[in-house]
Amino acid sequence: MNIKKYNEIAEKNKPQKQVLKHTFNAFIVGGIIGMIGEFFLNFYQKIFSFSEKEATPIMLITLILIAAILTGLGIYDRLGDFAGAGSFIPITGFSNAMTSSALEARSEGLVTGIGANIFKLGGAVITFGIVASFIVGGLRYVITYFW
Amino acid sequence: MNYLLSFLFCGFVCVVAQLIYEYTKLTPGHITCSFVVIGALLDLFHIYDRLIKIFHAGAMLPITSFGHSLMHGAMAMTKEYGVFGLAMGMFDLTAAGIASAILFAFLVAIFFKPKS
Amino acid sequence: MSSPISGSSFVFDNVYIQSVATTAGIVEYQGPLGHYFDKHYPDHYHHNVSYEQAEIEMLKDALLICLKNGKVKKEEIDFYFGGDLNNQLTACYYYANHLHRPFIGLYSACSTIGLALANASIMIENHNIHKAIACTVSHNATAERQFRYPLEYGIQRKETMTFTATGSVAVYLSNKPSSIRIESITLGKVIDYDQYDANDMGRAMAPAALDTYLQHMKDLKRDGTYYDLILTGDLSHYGKTIMKDLLKEENQKYNEYDDCGCLLYDVTQNVYQGGSGPVCNALVSFGYIYKMMLQGKYKRVLVLATGALLNPVMTNQKLSIPCVCHGYVLEVVV
Repeated sequence: MNIKKYNEIAEKNKPQKQVLKHTFNAFIVGGIIGMIGEFFLNFYQKIFSFSEKEATPIMLITLILIAAILTGLGIYDRLGDFAGAGSFIPITGFSNAMTSSALEARSEGLVTGIGANIFKLGGAVITFGIVASFIVGGLRYVITYFW
Repeated sequence: MNYLLSFLFCGFVCVVAQLIYEYTKLTPGHITCSFVVIGALLDLFHIYDRLIKIFHAGAMLPITSFGHSLMHGAMAMTKEYGVFGLAMGMFDLTAAGIASAILFAFLVAIFFKPKS
Repeated sequence: MSSPISGSSFVFDNVYIQSVATTAGIVEYQGPLGHYFDKHYPDHYHHNVSYEQAEIEMLKDALLICLKNGKVKKEEIDFYFGGDLNNQLTACYYYANHLHRPFIGLYSACSTIGLALANASIMIENHNIHKAIACTVSHNATAERQFRYPLEYGIQRKETMTFTATGSVAVYLSNKPSSIRIESITLGKVIDYDQYDANDMGRAMAPAALDTYLQHMKDLKRDGTYYDLILTGDLSHYGKTIMKDLLKEENQKYNEYDDCGCLLYDVTQNVYQGGSGPVCNALVSFGYIYKMMLQGKYKRVLVLATGALLNPVMTNQKLSIPCVCHGYVLEVVV
């Protein structure tokens, strides 16, 4: 039995991907999160008579709080299993990544556990965002400077 | 109308990510990171600002908006402080999100226990 | 007297199973074999502060029940053999200090029980020792943390994923005749078929299972029909179909073949492709099959305990996954 032959047999038996169902779920859940965001955006604009720009960070904070609490209650990981990208692409997924890393490490203490592990998954997003912004921003700055 | 637009755009970004997740071996970490980088690139020519104008919350919520905000804050600051503005303004717009995510994650970790 | 090795296999004349003990987590208890296990726990913590400590608790319960059923004191056991999935065999060694006897920690991922039984059996057969206990333990939450993501991380599992079983198994072996014995064992080679996907263990491990199967049949000059049942460790539903095809490809005949990962859970339990982990195979073979053998349903059973020797660091460094499989034969004494 060589590797090529084996891969043929394994491919043949591969369980069916449920692309259609998963994509549909992702669309619906992602869309609903977008609608919830829109609701809070309008809500804060009305209640505190903020401009849209002022209401934006408060709307994001609200969603981050909701996601963190749902993670703590053990609901968000079930939502994630159902929705896939629908739950990890919106900002709530970032909140979930941070909270789940922190929760997992809580048994190891405040500093060595929660403090050290809180960025275990979420840190990658911040790192890449900053590095990419520095590179692209630097290029843009240099180009506009000499133009 | 805004609700529908938000729904469609946020859903669309998630669908793109889901298709990448289904057909490649990339982890969610890889996908979110690349989306952040794409968001930073879309700040060029103010493309992302225009998207936010059209789709409102639908464009603010996907993680691409995080990359855009980092970039946008940094570029705004370069007008005042030159190249050092890149570092000074980087967190200007995202500060609220990152700070609250850290705070809530910490509090939740203290008051909750992981369920399975 | 001492059993000579033939190929990679040993045949034993006087290694007997005196007693077994199985403890299972809540998900396993709700599965189709739930009522065969000696003890189960109401939640994943088992009244402890962390999952790691819950795992130690499970091992303790299994060992104590096993000692009680075997009517032996823990100091009378010559050697303990066992292992789990965590770094530095956490659960085993943190309980071992209560045993007051040498504890031999073994790691071969999900095939640990096979390796432990093999070591214990060889020593007993050669009269090096008289009484030994082979044990293993694993916990879904600690294994997820060790090999995958944090528990609460909302990630969609790939369709090929398996679910690490929660539970603990202890088997008390000695040379005193009893109703079921370990007839032979085959130690497997480490096999690497160039599989990189850490979410797809069944596919990575199936070649190792086949290799040990063929080695066993060659060494002992038998064929599959000699056994009433052939069980693989934790290939899951996907690995099982591959294994069936591989056996067909090699023109192997057998009476009945099944996989422990498929038996342990019901399809409705949201465990993806089925169970995995060191206790998955141990719970099925010593919780369920052992009792079926006592009732006379099976006479000879070959269990192929498969293990993926994967390390998350090396997976990130893009190396393929080495796998191993250790086989053991349970036989009813007539």
